[in-house]
Amino acid sequence: MKKRQTIPPQLARRFLCWFLRDELAEEVEGDLEEKFYITIEQSSVRSARANYWYQVFHYVRPFALRSFKSTYPLTHYAMFQNYFKIGWRNLFKKKGYSFINISGLAIGMAVAIMIGLWVYDELSFNTYHENYDRIAWVMQNQTFSGTGIQTNNNEPLQLAPELRENYGTYFEHVTMATFLQWRTLRQGEKVLTKTGYFMEPSAPEMLTLHMLSGTRNGLNDPHSVLISQSTAQALFDDQDPIGEVIQISEQFEVKVTGVYEDIPSNSTFAGMQFLAPWELNESSLPDWLGWGNNWFQTIVQIAEHTDMSQASAAIKDAKKKRVTEDEGAEYNPQLFLHPLSRLHLYSEFEGGVSVGGRIQYVWMFGIIGLFVLLLACINFMNLSTARSEKRAKEIGVRKAIGSLRRQLVHQFFTESILIAALAFVVALLLVQLSLSSFNEVADKEIGVPWLNPWFWLLGIGFMLLTGLLAGSYPALYLSSLGAVRVLKGTFKAGRMASLPRKVLVTVQFAVSVSLIIGTLVVFQQIQHVKNRPIGYNMNRLLTVSLSSAVNEHYDVFRNDLLQTGVVEEVAKSESPITDSYITNSGLTWQGKDPGMQEEFVSMRVSHEFGKTIDWNIIEGRDFSRDFASDSMAFVINESAVEYMGLKNPIGEQVDWGSSGTYTIIGVVEDMITQSPYAPVKQMFFFINEDRSSMANIKIKPDVSMPEALATIEQVYQQHDPLEPFNYSFVDEQYAKKFGNEVRIGTLAGFFASLAIFISCLGLFGLASYTAEQRTKEIGIRKVLGASITNLWQLLSKDFLGLILLACVMAIPLAYYFARDWLQNYDYRTDLHWWIFALAGLGALMVTIITVSYQAIKAAQLNPVKSLRSE
Amino acid sequence: MKETRLGDFEETVLLLVGILGEEAYAFKLAEEFESQTERSVSIGAVHSTLSRLADKGFLTSEMGKSTAERGGRRKRIYTITAYGRRALEISRDFKVSLWKQYPAFAPDFNFGV
Repeated sequence: MKKRQTIPPQLARRFLCWFLRDELAEEVEGDLEEKFYITIEQSSVRSARANYWYQVFHYVRPFALRSFKSTYPLTHYAMFQNYFKIGWRNLFKKKGYSFINISGLAIGMAVAIMIGLWVYDELSFNTYHENYDRIAWVMQNQTFSGTGIQTNNNEPLQLAPELRENYGTYFEHVTMATFLQWRTLRQGEKVLTKTGYFMEPSAPEMLTLHMLSGTRNGLNDPHSVLISQSTAQALFDDQDPIGEVIQISEQFEVKVTGVYEDIPSNSTFAGMQFLAPWELNESSLPDWLGWGNNWFQTIVQIAEHTDMSQASAAIKDAKKKRVTEDEGAEYNPQLFLHPLSRLHLYSEFEGGVSVGGRIQYVWMFGIIGLFVLLLACINFMNLSTARSEKRAKEIGVRKAIGSLRRQLVHQFFTESILIAALAFVVALLLVQLSLSSFNEVADKEIGVPWLNPWFWLLGIGFMLLTGLLAGSYPALYLSSLGAVRVLKGTFKAGRMASLPRKVLVTVQFAVSVSLIIGTLVVFQQIQHVKNRPIGYNMNRLLTVSLSSAVNEHYDVFRNDLLQTGVVEEVAKSESPITDSYITNSGLTWQGKDPGMQEEFVSMRVSHEFGKTIDWNIIEGRDFSRDFASDSMAFVINESAVEYMGLKNPIGEQVDWGSSGTYTIIGVVEDMITQSPYAPVKQMFFFINEDRSSMANIKIKPDVSMPEALATIEQVYQQHDPLEPFNYSFVDEQYAKKFGNEVRIGTLAGFFASLAIFISCLGLFGLASYTAEQRTKEIGIRKVLGASITNLWQLLSKDFLGLILLACVMAIPLAYYFARDWLQNYDYRTDLHWWIFALAGLGALMVTIITVSYQAIKAAQLNPVKSLRSE
Repeated sequence: MKETRLGDFEETVLLLVGILGEEAYAFKLAEEFESQTERSVSIGAVHSTLSRLADKGFLTSEMGKSTAERGGRRKRIYTITAYGRRALEISRDFKVSLWKQYPAFAPDFNFGV
């Protein structure tokens, strides 16, 4: 009994049987077993087992090996050649069908690849900087009555020294930085306008700039500058820039101490074309800047082995401890760190808490891309399966002449993978061709990573998967049918065979209709906001940022301009009319709630400002040079009247601490000077020419624009020959506020049309499939007297039902998402019923056209032909 | 054209087949080889040689009886053919003639044939 239990290792035995010739099996197994039991007796079970394995391996000899080839005399190579040939022939036999099938899948793949690249680009943002996971922005939450907690990255210039001194253990680098600035760079005669930053000397090391010449220590000397490769190229051509002297805005004379590689567009610092020392900037700042003037940014790199959240918690009160009453201590400034790795995708804050941001779009487009791809794959499979039923006879014949089932499986898989591979190649071509326009819409610089092995691995893996799935029905199901059954023609797809296809078409249309509704809503919202009254006239209005040289002689400049005769009016303002970013507080007036922490948007202007932009005074009067007292006067907007709770605003006194007491002389209609989606904020205007450096110029209506611009530029250059004349049109500036929404709308529209296209392909496939299945029925009906209209109705009505079902599914879904999206905007359009009706109707129309083509074609067939084809 | 000369290992195996007679099958031959020469050999190596010798026509084989310790499997019994016997003799004679031509050994050497 015991002997029975110890048997030779089964794995070894199975292995032996696998490679050993069948005719040798008996004797060899016998010999080995005899050896096995004898070894057990002589030594141990263990060594017997080891010996068994040893003996098995020693049977791997040519004489004993099973000849794998001889079992199947046909080599696979020859068969695969045949499959390819048949595959090609099938492709060319039905050119239209092949075209639809391949182009549909290719478009789906192309979209998926592009979206994949885009998502990858978004997710890899800022990874150019080696220490990106340890770099962070110092942000602050401030609490205002009325608007609640506001989060931004504006910091006072005292913050960096404070952090270094008292919280130094947490940080490796701390630097103050300006916001991105436009500056002119002049070298000899050459003048360029470039964007860049002023930062402290440790910044190049922190941002791990890739130095092409010079070192990262280049900013140690306050009269130095680092420039990007493209700036160097533009300024110095091929000369060595190191040691050359350039002028920044005719304000600072600096020496080039280094050139760094251009920073790629998927970095927050992409605009950094020069980097100048912070000390230089600091020297030009007024010395009254205190803890309350949040004019700059502070960037830190935490020390190694330090936890970001710990460091963030530690500096929470760094500003609060220093800031005085006058400087805004009541706003309760709370500092925290916002990591560079999250900066791009998670930079929306509500109530001081991160609520996402761009990541929402990454998700949205990721999901859309996946959907489009899924639709395309489903279609591909649908069409392939519908077609393959026509080939049942071929399978029968192949079986009858001796084809093995495995060979049929190979054949159909080869074919479907061949088609998928063609589609993949076409998709790559499409991506390459459309990437430039995609980049334009998406505002990106994405290239196809031809050399990235992961890209190929994913792409080819996906291609194989699609091919295998699409080929699985003919390969696995049809090949299992008996040859006789198939050849006799008794094989028929049952009634249920088209059910999955119907479900898929319905789902496809539901997705398409949702996307159409989404696109319509986005554009409706944009149009709605564009139609919002803005309260001033942007037409023929341009703004010029005045250099200090021009600003000093502003009155002369203005007179000169007016004398040219092309200009109607010129006025100064502190900030652009489309982007009023300055806020002020510390105001009191009669009837003010003592606990109110007020905040106003403010704008310093010159007397003619109102006239220039053509605002609407609805009460009181505009500023006038006739009243000397207007230097202490306010014009407030309607929202401010409401905000201050004034019944009769005209003549009311507003006390503004040390600045004096102002009198309200006029109320102006609300103007959109910030986001057109948000409600208008309370705002006041007052006269102060010294701190305004933005000129607003209204051009006369009958003057041609190029002529006017040339004249103005000439006047400008007379006053400042060094600084280039930079201007922008107010209406263009305003239009930029819609950039993001227009981009979303365009992309959504693009995807919606793709989805519709792909769905139509699916529908087309399904329609042709049913039409073909019912050829005989149609023939008989025709013989019995059915008209083409009758037949058309017969074939179309099923599909209309499907599409209506799709609409019923899509509308609530789209309604939900559209409403959710619109919640982001305070000023938003209503969800009109006609948007949904239009989308549904559109889908219905497209369906009718697609199906009718097939239906009418089938109905027009000569019944003699269709009935004879038995 | 089949190779008719015998290699050293082949010759030994062929002789062992003759010695074992009715018991000449791969496993026993391997055992016998190991006990006679004190060199280890795998059954596969012996089997491979046996099949080569059979291909050359020195051996014939047929399936023999089955026994319990082989799990009821039959064994392949090998027998020397006349041609095989001839090959052994040629090999032996050739070596004897070589020995005889070697004067230092010749007098003491006797195969007793």
